[in-house]
Amino acid sequence: MQTKLVKNRKDSDKIVISISSGTCGQARGSLNLVEAFKKAIKGRENKISIKVTGCHGFCNAEPNVVIFPNEVFYSNLKPEDAAKIVEATLKGEIVNDLLYQENNKRFTHFNDIPFYKAQLRTLLGDNPLIDPVNIDDYLAQGGYKSLVKALKMEPGKIIEEIKRSGLRGRGGAGFPTGLKWEIVRKQKGDIKYIICNGDEGDPGAYMDRSILESNPHLVIEGMIIGAYAMGATEGWLYVRNEYPLAVKNLLVALNQTRKQGLLGNNILNSRFNFDIKMAKGAGAFVCGEETALIASIEDKRGMPKQRPPFPAQQGLFGKPTNINNVETWADVTRIIDKGADWFAGIGTKTSKGTKIFSLVGKIKNSGLVEVPMGITLDKIVFDIGGGAQSGKEVKAIQNGGPSGGCIPKELFNLPVDYESLTSAGAIMGSGGMIVMDENTCMVDTAKYFTNFLQSESCGKCVTCREGTQRMYEILNNITEGNGQEEDLTLLEDLGKVVKEVSLCGLGQTAPNPLLSTLRYFKDEYLAHIKEKKCPAGVCKALIRYTISVETCTGCGLCKKNCPQDAIEGEKKKLHVIEEDKCIKCGICFDVCKSNAVNKITGKEGVLCLK
Amino acid sequence: MPKVKIDGLEFDAPEKWSVLEVARFLGLEIPTLCYNEGLSAWGGCRLCLVEIGTGDRTKLVTSCTYPAEEGLVVKTSSKRVVNARKMVLELLIAQCPTSRTLQDLAAKMGLKQVRFKPKWEKCIYCGLCVRMCEEQMMAKAIGFTNRGNKLKINTPFNKTSDECRRCGACMYICPVCTVRCEGANPKDVLCGRCENSLQPTCIDINDSYNCWMGLKGECGTCAKEKLTVK
Ligand SMILES: Cc1cc2nc3c(=O)[nH]c(=O)nc-3n(C[C@H](O)[C@H](O)[C@H](O)COP(=O)(O)O)c2cc1C
Repeated sequence: MQTKLVKNRKDSDKIVISISSGTCGQARGSLNLVEAFKKAIKGRENKISIKVTGCHGFCNAEPNVVIFPNEVFYSNLKPEDAAKIVEATLKGEIVNDLLYQENNKRFTHFNDIPFYKAQLRTLLGDNPLIDPVNIDDYLAQGGYKSLVKALKMEPGKIIEEIKRSGLRGRGGAGFPTGLKWEIVRKQKGDIKYIICNGDEGDPGAYMDRSILESNPHLVIEGMIIGAYAMGATEGWLYVRNEYPLAVKNLLVALNQTRKQGLLGNNILNSRFNFDIKMAKGAGAFVCGEETALIASIEDKRGMPKQRPPFPAQQGLFGKPTNINNVETWADVTRIIDKGADWFAGIGTKTSKGTKIFSLVGKIKNSGLVEVPMGITLDKIVFDIGGGAQSGKEVKAIQNGGPSGGCIPKELFNLPVDYESLTSAGAIMGSGGMIVMDENTCMVDTAKYFTNFLQSESCGKCVTCREGTQRMYEILNNITEGNGQEEDLTLLEDLGKVVKEVSLCGLGQTAPNPLLSTLRYFKDEYLAHIKEKKCPAGVCKALIRYTISVETCTGCGLCKKNCPQDAIEGEKKKLHVIEEDKCIKCGICFDVCKSNAVNKITGKEGVLCLK
Repeated sequence: MPKVKIDGLEFDAPEKWSVLEVARFLGLEIPTLCYNEGLSAWGGCRLCLVEIGTGDRTKLVTSCTYPAEEGLVVKTSSKRVVNARKMVLELLIAQCPTSRTLQDLAAKMGLKQVRFKPKWEKCIYCGLCVRMCEEQMMAKAIGFTNRGNKLKINTPFNKTSDECRRCGACMYICPVCTVRCEGANPKDVLCGRCENSLQPTCIDINDSYNCWMGLKGECGTCAKEKLTVK
């Protein structure tokens, strides 16, 4: 059986151009690149071929290609580069000026690039080798080997293995996966369900999308193993409809899996029956919460239910149900393949294995990074991410999605694990990591996330619904210069109650952005309240633009670009902003070549950071 | 029968009882708003909070949904519980200051301030009407629409519903729209009339069903009136 599955080993001397073409790559034009490469290799298909893969993870370098077997990496390509690359590659040469460049140094190989070097890509590593709609590619990487192995094991032994690995859920709360499986296995009844949570409602996060699009079988395999271990008969893949490529690739993958006898009745002659259905979410953040997600599959309104009973006792259609995150399922496949000891060997005492983060915001190298647990934030932000965009200072990160917390750069030596992040006022969440620089106002940041949460709260429980609205209201007041010092006490009291009283995880974490910024950046709050000052120069009600008499050259650029006609002045003479017309869009500030436009804040008019 | 300990009282709870049911059976008072014996427990208003557990491993849960399980230790009115309930009520009353039910609760729980701007809304989204319509009237004519700050209770697509039989059960059960409190001075959000007049207040003597004026205590001034009449 195993030999049948791994019959398709790749012939390794053929050159393969692997084109990163996930949703993000496609948005940056990777499909045009694919066409160009197809043209360029015409007539030489016996020597060189192309593979359209999912995402390689390095957003800043999209569209990019990796050329196997030598793993040469070309970044930020245009269709016209295709021919050049094909010709050079066939001659065994390298096109130097298309190589990735960082700090004036060029890198030839994929794995030497700083962005990739410090990562440990156990889940994402195969992405460049796999055409997601071709199951043979997955099989060639040893796909479904874990399933073959698992089907020969006692179900209880599989759960033992998962427990021993120390795997904890990657969907946010970090509950030990093996333990959850055991509870479900022990429930009485013939019908049990498993669910893969691919809702991923956090803005700015796309770890799960990338796995589902780029390597769908990795998740499906984990689900089949889990179903076998828990005695489940039916699985559900819940994916948001805004992920069309993931939906498409998963449907193709499920069909291929059925054809190969890996899903359906009597899987690989083991007498185990299991199939997977798909449900598409309509894109509500709260539908990622497990009880709301279950309601949504049942065609009900996506509203969380008070636990207990837990889904493991009474879940989908009232039956015992196990729900895990996409990444958790993918980890299962790897654990069965490589063993619990391998997995437990990575990470810290309480947090094992790797975690994928989407590193975004004001950072040089944005993208998906997979790192061992316990790595410091410093390493992620500076070694992998390359620090802030040019000339700026990183100020903080916001981790864990909209209801995560902000961690200031002074704490960047913090190891990334569930407990450390929680104690710092943030959460692991599903892994969104947003980098903020000195031009970010922390009060505005808290307001931004609270605004998201107040509109995404399902509204069932008072503390979450009213609490988030009131937090937003007060924060908004502060950014508009109408805050009082008592507001801070009220915010703190309210935040604490919302956290401990709300029905589901949404409300229980919703005060995090507020409480963490209040904890680390209280001075910014006080500046807004007492001095009516926004030090970062973000909150419009507290800033003004003026033109400096000494430096204005009278070039007229600001006047030309002002959308409100709020700037007066003759050529070569001083220009002036009319404050009552100005909407503080900041265009004059951005376009001025001689740095003559000043952004000032506060009663006595202090310069904001540039 | 699971043995539970609630405010120091040991009790063998019948199977499938909730903590709230146990507490009420024992005569312990827990405020509720979205709970009704004839309807499924909802857990939305958060007023029925109690503290469970011992030592520093305690947490707040809603007693209407939490099962009375073996070995459970419950406190129904610890400081943590009372403070949390007050904040919940403060949020509710700021949303809908004209509800007599809320004003009475405020007076009773000693809520002294409302620090949020009153919204003067007409609904607190407790969902009683939705459950009433679905579970007792078998009509399913109304439901929640939208979410977050746009949440509403409505008929589908805001159209007159063919499912609705105009039975009025939704209005009957509503803690906000049927019994209004105009209070002494609604501008102050907290009416406080019941509490400011003589103790004990009408709420302690009369409930909605046996108001001496037959007016279901709408005026909120029962205690005072009663004294003058006598
Ligand atoms: C508001 C909210 C949103 C959530 N969104 C997601 C999500 O998008 N994906 C996910 O896997 N888990 C999400 N969760 C966590 C799930 O409720 C659940 O804990 C998780 O799917 C369990 O899987 P795990 O044990 O593998 O982490 C969310 C929780 C909350 C409270």
